Amino acid sequence: MTIRRRMIATMLAAGAAFGVSAQSSPEAEIAKYREALGAGNPADLWEARGEALWKQKRGPKNASLETCDLGKGPGVAKGAYAEMPRYFADADRVMDLETRLVHCMVTLQGFKFEEATKRTFGSGTNRSDFESLAAWITAESKGVTMNVSLAHPKEREAYQLGEKMFFFRGGPHDFACATCHGESNKRIRLQDLPNLTEKEGAQLAYTTWPAYRVSQGELRTFQWRLNDCFRQQRFPELKFASEASIAITSFLARNANGAAFNAPAIKR
Amino acid sequence: MKARTPITAVFAGIAALAAGCAGMSDQEASLKAQQVLKASFKEHGQAKLDRLDQDESQKLCSKPPAQELATETVKHIEKINLASIRYPADGKLLGDWKSGERIAQSGRGKQYNDDPKQPSGANCYACHQLTKAEISYGTIGPSLYHFGKLRGTSDAIQRYAYGKVYNAQAFTACSNMPRFGHNGILTEQQIKDVTALLLDPNSPVNQ
Repeated sequence: MTIRRRMIATMLAAGAAFGVSAQSSPEAEIAKYREALGAGNPADLWEARGEALWKQKRGPKNASLETCDLGKGPGVAKGAYAEMPRYFADADRVMDLETRLVHCMVTLQGFKFEEATKRTFGSGTNRSDFESLAAWITAESKGVTMNVSLAHPKEREAYQLGEKMFFFRGGPHDFACATCHGESNKRIRLQDLPNLTEKEGAQLAYTTWPAYRVSQGELRTFQWRLNDCFRQQRFPELKFASEASIAITSFLARNANGAAFNAPAIKR
Repeated sequence: MKARTPITAVFAGIAALAAGCAGMSDQEASLKAQQVLKASFKEHGQAKLDRLDQDESQKLCSKPPAQELATETVKHIEKINLASIRYPADGKLLGDWKSGERIAQSGRGKQYNDDPKQPSGANCYACHQLTKAEISYGTIGPSLYHFGKLRGTSDAIQRYAYGKVYNAQAFTACSNMPRFGHNGILTEQQIKDVTALLLDPNSPVNQ
């Protein structure tokens, strides 16, 4: 018997002996699928477009975003996302990346809020500038340790509110974020669910957004992730760059502190 | 008022904890969170902002799991939810298990992008194992495979199964399971059909 054949025979025997359950094999298949996806990431295309957009002069003021301060000084993208959401003194509030980008589009480029947020999530050839910009800016934090601060009282308030919202049950199904993301080793259908109330789960989940979604052919940001979770929670629609979106992001990002940021990632 | 006492006690305890590190008490944070939520959502299709108005059970069940509810609160939640269950006037609790299986497979319904004219599903498989054939099932809830085979189909079991689908919190306060009848997700006939899926000896659940 070749080694390979012997391995297969051993595996079959082990499977028979322990009665391989119905759930283990689909999970293994999904793991293989994910591994195959990891080889190349179309997120690169969004990153390239995002970098070009950052440098392009646009808007009524014909200005680029190159002086936009993401928290580490004007124009500094390197490592900025790993410290967001954060308090910005110039706006006197806590902002996540997308909210800060809107702020810069309004203050630097002269767009109105409504104009800037006309296309928050892309679809096919109708690309969202936010998805491209976020892809590039977050890639500049790849490998950087998550370090979200709670030093400012408004940062603490955002975190506290975000925690409340995470456990808030509502709508016709009584769902909260915690319904699906409050326990470890659970899945919905065959999809594994991260436990966002524990450090390990929060770290793994938060550091892998934004992500290129194979099923959608789109690069999706954390604002999109929250928006779509609430749709499935049967809530009304979460407003882009809303205070609640920033609060929940603060709660989850802070819980991911200490982990290396690892996005844009690729997901099913 | 009796049932409120332990909750106040919980609030007081948490407020004392929170006061040490943050500006808002736990109770203030809960109120503010609801206000901020209301301002942060917009109605879309059938999903109006009133979906953010919590009923008593939702309010009581919005605590982190570490903050255990007092026994009296648990009893109170189960009591008010038990009182909400409406059993069919015709007294028949078992419908068609084949229809029940379709309802158990469907995750449609109540999302803002769903057509409100179409019937909702129960999406049982999202959280439960039910049959041997369907391997794509979730694990948030317990396996219901052989649910009827293990329990039989006595009147008491039928009433329990129908009631559990109608309002799970009548039996388990703060259960993750939606209250399908109480919240108008499923119709009476649909609940009968799902009950049949669980209990009918011919249902694949019991094979």
